[in-house]
Amino acid sequence: MSSNREFLYRRLHSLLGVIPIGVFLIVHLTVNWFATRGPEAYNQATTFMEGLPFRYVMEAFIIFIPIILHAVYGLYIAFQARNNTSKYGYFRNWMFRLQRVTGVLVLIFITWHVWETRVAAAFGAEVNFQMMEDIVSNPVALIAYIIGITATTFHFANGLWSFGVTWGITITPKSQRISSFVSLAVFLALTFIGIRSILVFAGI
Amino acid sequence: MTTETQNKMIEMIIVRQADPESEPFEEKFSIPYRSNMNVISALMEIRRNPVNAAGEDTTPVAWDASCLEEVCGACSMIINGKPRQSCTALIDKLEQPIRLEPMNTFPIMRDLTVDRSRMFDSLKRVKAWVPIDGTYDLGPGPRMPEAKRQWAYELSKCMSCGVCLQACPNVNDKTEFIGPAALSQVRLFNAHPTGAMHKAERLQTIMDGDGGLAQCGNSQNCVESCPKEIPLTTSIAALNRETTLQSFKNFFGSDNTV
Repeated sequence: MSSNREFLYRRLHSLLGVIPIGVFLIVHLTVNWFATRGPEAYNQATTFMEGLPFRYVMEAFIIFIPIILHAVYGLYIAFQARNNTSKYGYFRNWMFRLQRVTGVLVLIFITWHVWETRVAAAFGAEVNFQMMEDIVSNPVALIAYIIGITATTFHFANGLWSFGVTWGITITPKSQRISSFVSLAVFLALTFIGIRSILVFAGI
Repeated sequence: MTTETQNKMIEMIIVRQADPESEPFEEKFSIPYRSNMNVISALMEIRRNPVNAAGEDTTPVAWDASCLEEVCGACSMIINGKPRQSCTALIDKLEQPIRLEPMNTFPIMRDLTVDRSRMFDSLKRVKAWVPIDGTYDLGPGPRMPEAKRQWAYELSKCMSCGVCLQACPNVNDKTEFIGPAALSQVRLFNAHPTGAMHKAERLQTIMDGDGGLAQCGNSQNCVESCPKEIPLTTSIAALNRETTLQSFKNFFGSDNTV
């Protein structure tokens, strides 16, 4: 069995991106949406999330370990490619390239985001509406958040498309074309939710 | 021949190198135009009269060719940026100067000649044939339905030309990815009624080790580039499904994984 690790790692990589990371992303963005209902609703939601039972176990096994595994192997995959969109400017080849570019962007974004929020919380800061308001009061941070959120939702939505191919769910060109539109819809919807929420903290 | 066509010249830029180790360089050529020329006949003209555009004597350009009707794959090279067969690259349809480069995904032997051995090694690795050799006559095999034969014929058009490997961003010096061509042949021979007897073995081969099926990154350049319009990405996705099932069989199933 030791000889087919690459197959196993690749499939695991694909799976982790959707379950649990993708599911977590949707939950995270949904909780963020509470911001549109005002600081009180948002703080209530974050308090509820923080108060969930088995918090550390869930954080470790649903968030941190899967993301680290996905990121480390993802970097390995990204740097294996020799991108050639200048010669072969096809749509899917661009998606291939953007998937790798956004993957690296998202890793940088998440590292910074976790540092400012979850790590800060571990050192005693309180994660609430005020905290986010303070972070994005800096326009550079706000732009970084908007880029980071868009890169994340793109990486997830496009990853969902390749998940379908990787696991042999979408085989025919027709099914792959339809899943392209589904992934576009997912991208647009999640980007809207994410950016709408972050703009609330910026008072826009 | 009118005076106009007599004076017409074809401008070419060819990326050359003397041997596998030496550095590549560009050389320009000006070749007298004749009607209905293809890249091969232009290269033959250079061989007949090896003089570059500056009027200096040079070595004739080396290239590979065999069938001259786009079924052998030997004459593949990069023509104006895209890998394709030089026999079906008609001069009249190409923008000048025509730029010829070797398919650098493969080891370059000399000028436009590359070593495509890895493609044939891959076919051996996945057993891209129907094994029927034995010590006694096995008799006739099962019949193949006509509809299936027609479908399989499309996959059988692969001539191992190497264009899909050249176009693939994941087939490069940093990976061992087997590439789309041999993968599609796994699907072809697994679909054959007799070839299917080795289905599990072929699937296992492309799941084992480095550079197998899993290294496909779905850029889909292969299917866009294939001169035979083989549904390579459909083959890859179909194999993804087959290997998903095979891996479940291997892990959750019984010892009977065949």
